[in-house]
Amino acid sequence: MNIVVCIKQVPDSDKVTIDRETNRLNRAGVPSIINPFDENALEMALQLKDKHGGKVTVVSMGPPQAEEALRTALSHGADEAILVSDRKFGGADTWATSYTLNLAIRKLGEIDLVLFGKQAIDGDTAQVGPGVAHFLDIPTLTYARAVEVTGDTLKVTKVTEDGYEVWDVDKPCALTVVKEANQLRMPSLKKKMAAKKAEIPVWGFDELQPDENKIGLAGSPTKVNKVFAPPVKLNKEILSGEPADMVADLIKKLKERNVL
Amino acid sequence: MNTTKELWVFAEQRDGKIAGVVQELLSEGQILAKKAGYVLAAVLPSDNGASLCQELYNFGAKKVYTIDDPKLKDYQNDYYSRAVAQLINEKKPEIVLYGATTIGRSLAPTVAVMVDAGLTADCTQLDFDVENGNLLQTRPAFGGNIMATIICPNHRPQMATVRSNVFKKTKISDTEAGEQVPYAVDLSGVRERMRRLEAVHEADNTIDLNAAQFIVSGGRGVGKPENFKIIYDLASELGAAVGASRATVDAGWISHHHQVGQTGKTVCPVVYIACGISGAIQHLAGMQSSDVIVAINKDPDAPIFDVADFGLIGDLHQIVPEFQRQIAAAKA
Ligand SMILES: Cc1cc2nc3c(=O)[nH]c(=O)nc-3n(C[C@H](O)[C@H](O)[C@H](O)COP(=O)(O)OP(=O)(O)OC[C@H]3O[C@@H](n4cnc5c(N)ncnc54)[C@H](O)[C@@H]3O)c2cc1C
Ligand SMILES: Cc1cc2nc3c(=O)[nH]c(=O)nc-3n(C[C@H](O)[C@H](O)[C@H](O)COP(=O)(O)OP(=O)(O)OC[C@H]3O[C@@H](n4cnc5c(N)ncnc54)[C@H](O)[C@@H]3O)c2cc1C
Repeated sequence: MNIVVCIKQVPDSDKVTIDRETNRLNRAGVPSIINPFDENALEMALQLKDKHGGKVTVVSMGPPQAEEALRTALSHGADEAILVSDRKFGGADTWATSYTLNLAIRKLGEIDLVLFGKQAIDGDTAQVGPGVAHFLDIPTLTYARAVEVTGDTLKVTKVTEDGYEVWDVDKPCALTVVKEANQLRMPSLKKKMAAKKAEIPVWGFDELQPDENKIGLAGSPTKVNKVFAPPVKLNKEILSGEPADMVADLIKKLKERNVL
Repeated sequence: MNTTKELWVFAEQRDGKIAGVVQELLSEGQILAKKAGYVLAAVLPSDNGASLCQELYNFGAKKVYTIDDPKLKDYQNDYYSRAVAQLINEKKPEIVLYGATTIGRSLAPTVAVMVDAGLTADCTQLDFDVENGNLLQTRPAFGGNIMATIICPNHRPQMATVRSNVFKKTKISDTEAGEQVPYAVDLSGVRERMRRLEAVHEADNTIDLNAAQFIVSGGRGVGKPENFKIIYDLASELGAAVGASRATVDAGWISHHHQVGQTGKTVCPVVYIACGISGAIQHLAGMQSSDVIVAINKDPDAPIFDVADFGLIGDLHQIVPEFQRQIAAAKA
């Protein structure tokens, strides 16, 4: 099977904060990681390859330093990596990101499966997977937990709000993968060494020949108008002391608020 | 007032039942449509739309576009996206809102690409700018560490997804008038590329975090799985649902259906009681918009206290049972 895994390099979002005065993101010193859910997509691809053979290609769109995330993916077992990078691609929303990734995947030739994480922990939209699938004109299932090859089709278990569903889907197709699916294997020393030296092609504007109106900031229908810190609660009351007194006090106050 | 422009809500149904988030979106839609001077309408793909229209009128839809086809009985991304995109291209609504459910989160991004529209994910606040017709879409990003307001100045429709329990339901009456507008879509040309084999509902019905007025949630501070009993006891005294942090779900103390937060459910009860939960940003993302938040934690510096209305500093193993006793006593 020829499998493509889309991975995004993200700041470890636990550690990103916003300056309440300037409304700027404090990203200095925050480490970059592979989007955690993309690790599950990668592991799903590696397991399919273990079972059925084939090739796993990781693709990431981002600034030059995203190459680091690709090398990490190689050290875990991916066979090849492509970096999609060009100044002109910068500032893309999910629409333009989906379009651009679609061109890179098309350039890879025949594929059977494209995998995505459930969502990225920075942008948090979960929109890129279905977007790319539509541009590629292939079916998509979101929130996949397990996949099995059954002849020409795939049997996919996807998580829903109150349980799960099992789908039969034609190849090629796109899946977004949830955390419960698996856990990414450890990198091997040998692969780590090889990953350091691996040749990672960079595909930019010239390689992908995109429609100029569909890329980067200009090709993005959504615009971030402003960013700000989440509101904090004022008027909060901290109670301490003996449990019985605290609880009595709390009940009284909840009654005053008309919620009890 | 421009009565030809429309604001749409995607009327998601499963097994012939309208999703709760649709009522919430219509309720918010009433406010936005009024401000904008637009007509509020719902779009309902199903196999028998007529039977579901009244409910949509009652929550404010003046019009319901019903798209009936046996292939639209259950959600299937290819059929649904074709139906909705075709209707959008023909009727050209200004705004389309979707619930950020597992269905909405596949359908909306597919449709966005099909109709060349921007899509803002998981909005927690919507407003309308009367100057320029822009929908001001506010959403958390970076796991809730920042808020961003997104606009789509040059593309129509403007589309957004909104999670359940972000907006309150406002039913107008049980007998609102509205107009059903049947719309035919030819799906015969859409190749069948995926087939649902099985749908399993496994959630435990006693939970219903979505509908709960009160939620009592336990975190790692509960200590061990058996101790969840005090959480359940307090919950049952209050008529509350039981929630949980991911730490307890990952530890296998409670099923993932109870998980509240970024990767669990978003809840918005009248009172949320967090017991032994530190208040990680991913947990806050799922409960921050509760009306009143009570935090019980032994660590006075726990971040949960930053979002709490009432903080009780102490041992939950004493406070929670005491809370239950006093509520029980008050009832007696
Ligand atoms: C504060 C803020 C808010 C934003 N809000 C919106 C919004 O509401 N709507 C919108 O359209 N855009 C929005 N954006 C832009 C959006 O974050 C970017 O387009 C981003 O590149 C992709 O979206 P995401 O991070 O949400 O990814 P998701 O759609 O959540 O990612 C899903 C999966 O797609 C793959 N993937 C995503 N990006 C890449 C990539 N660059 N390379 C390889 N694989 C990738 C990964 O497998 C990932 O797990 C916002 C940006 C910011 C900073
Ligand atoms: C991508 C991603 C997604 C995530 N999604 C979610 C999500 O959806 N939901 C979620 O909840 N988490 C989520 N998390 C995990 C989150 O970051 C935290 O790890 C988790 O919420 C911590 O759970 P906790 O508060 O129960 O545990 P801890 O952080 O360990 O906190 C336990 C608290 O209990 C207190 N305590 C201990 N003993 C007592 C006692 N006897 N009496 C009173 N207080 C006591 C302690 O002071 C402490 O504050 C996510 C993380 C990531 C990276």
